[in-house]
Order: sequence, then C-alpha cells, then structure tokens
Amino acid sequence: MNIYLDLFLTFAKMGVCTFGGGYAMLPILQREVVEKKGWATDEELTDYYAVGQCTPGIIAVNTATFIGFKYKGIPGGILATLGVVFPSVVIITAIAAFISNFAQYPLARHALVGINAAVVALIASSVVKLGKSSLKNAASLVIFLAVLVLGFWVGISPVILIVAAGVVGYVLYGLMKLPKGGKKQ
Amino acid sequence: MNLLLLFYEFAKVGLFAVGGGLATIPFLQDMGSRTGWFTDAQLTTMIAVSESTPGPMGVNMATYVGYEISGIPGAVIATLGLIFPSIVVIIIIAGFLQKFRQSKTVDAIFCGLRPASTALIASAGLSVAASVLMFHQSGHEIAPGQAVPVIQLFHWPVVILAAAIFVAAKWGPLKKLHPVVFIAFAAVMGIVFQF
Repeated sequence: MNIYLDLFLTFAKMGVCTFGGGYAMLPILQREVVEKKGWATDEELTDYYAVGQCTPGIIAVNTATFIGFKYKGIPGGILATLGVVFPSVVIITAIAAFISNFAQYPLARHALVGINAAVVALIASSVVKLGKSSLKNAASLVIFLAVLVLGFWVGISPVILIVAAGVVGYVLYGLMKLPKGGKKQ
Repeated sequence: MNLLLLFYEFAKVGLFAVGGGLATIPFLQDMGSRTGWFTDAQLTTMIAVSESTPGPMGVNMATYVGYEISGIPGAVIATLGLIFPSIVVIIIIAGFLQKFRQSKTVDAIFCGLRPASTALIASAGLSVAASVLMFHQSGHEIAPGQAVPVIQLFHWPVVILAAAIFVAAKWGPLKKLHPVVFIAFAAVMGIVFQF
C-alpha cells in the first residue's frame, strides 16, 4: 500500500477507536503504531505526550502530527493529523444532522459507562507498559509520584508540571550527571 | 466570509487551548457568548455527544460546533481551523528535536519529562476512573453529611468489569486482542447490565 495512504488510514482507524480525550487514544496508538507498524517506540510516545500536553492544540492531534512527521516528514505530519480527525467529521456530522439528543438515550449512556470502564483498564495497562521504559531508577520514580500527587490531587496544571520536570531532568542528568539507568548503561 | 471567520475562531482555540479536549471548553464558551453562534445549553449537549462518540473529544466538539453554525462546510472548516496551529507548531518542534537528538541537554530534559508524562497519563486515567467507578460522581445522589460505608462508594459491577479487562489485556490469552475489542465488549456489558 502507498505509505501516505497507510498513514492516513491507520490514523483514521485510531480516530474511530478512541472514546474520550487524547489519553484514551494511547492504548490504540501502542497497538497500531508501536507494535504493528513500528513507526515509533513506547519511549517516543511518552516524549510526544510530554510535548503534546504543554504545546498549543489538543493532545490527540499533536501526537498524530508528531508521529506522522517522524515517519514521513511534513506531508506525513499533515496526513496523519487529517486521518485522525476524518472519522470525527463524518460521525459527528451524521449525528448532528439526524439525532440531536443522542447522548440522552439510556442505551447510549449505559454503553458509555461500559466503554469508560474499558478505557480506564486500557489506560492502566498502557501506563504499566510506559512505566517499564520511563521509570528505571529512584529519581524517575520520585518524579512520577510527585507529578501524580501534584497533578491529580493538588490540581496543578500539566503545563507547569511538564516544564518543572524538564528543569529537574536537566539539573539531575545534565548538571549532576546522574546515571540514567536502563539498557543503555 | 462566515467560513473564514469560523476558521479563524477555531484556529484561535487550537492555538490557545493547551492539553486535552476539555481545555477547549472555556474557549468555546467564550466563543458562544461573543458571537452568539450557540448557547451554553447547546454547548452542554455538544460536550455530551462529543464524549460519547468515537474520536478525540476536542476534535468532535469543533466538528459539532462547526456543523451547527454552517452545516457540512462549517464542520470541515472548524475542524481544519482547530488542527492548523497544532500541525504548524508540532512540525517546528519535531524538526527542532530531530536536529538536536544527539544533544546531551535535550536528552537530560527528556529523562525528566518521561516519568512526568507517564504520571500525567496515569492521572488522566484516575480522573476517568473516579467518574465511572465511584457512585458519588456518577450521578447517584448521596445526601450530604450522610455516613457512607466505603464499600458503597464504588459502582462494583463497573469496577469488576474494569479489573477483568485490565487483567485480560495484560496477561491472559486475550492480550493479543485489539483494544477496540475490549471497548466494544464493555459497551455491550454496559447495555446488558444497565450500568
């Protein structure tokens, strides 16, 4: 198949399979992009999410642009992004045109609670996978726990947390030359 | 002209909303009150539909709002407007990162970012978990001041379903299944057991 068509269709498939925000897309990204296509590694996905949530635009779109660009330059970035939004345009237009009170149907609400239960389980499973590559030493565990507590319970903005974590990384690994741990060492 | 304005308005949302789809809501509220294109009540419906249909929520909302304003061309233009700043900004950043991939400084910064990014993903998972697994946030009323045993705080059938899917996706013979299979299965369970 044409590489660009493959890129568009793979991301369109991800658009169809995602329910919720960009985080809900992560388990699908791991399966399609990391495991099936090999366009990125788990570590790169973590990087894209880090950058994607402190730069303009919504995370799902930012991540799609990142992966597409890494794989096939500017046209790749554009096609992956158009792919991920394409199903939304079709599905939402159809719903807006025909069933205005879709979310009010009890059937849709029951299904959504089930879907969200699956999303929770799949995100948890993705976090475990990402943790294997991103939490390799004591310092990274401390950063993980600190951001989790400050982000979830204290409610500090992700933008601030990401910038702070970058500074901490620079101080620990750049200035103090702490070993990074993991396979490379 | 109307479409050009629509593109411009959504490009602004794409440029200033940082984070997930929820980050676009305050900007959309502002857009509605400034332009009169839609009311807060309409926006609430659009948010509910965007959350419960396939596709990233932020994109769904742009498409929905665009459609309500100018039909199919509106849906397309609003969505393109929303993604336009992302494409430009991310391509610039990705190009920069490619150029400085070997830099020790960039590498050190990313070593700090990765655990933080993992934590933010975990935190997003916890937010969804709190809204679907627990009673008090899923619309079931609990009177204020009423002592509730911890065991009654959870929506147990949903907790069991989530736990079963986690185990199956991680270790079982089913772990090779595509994530969407689990999502479809969970939707059916939700309908059958009236979650």
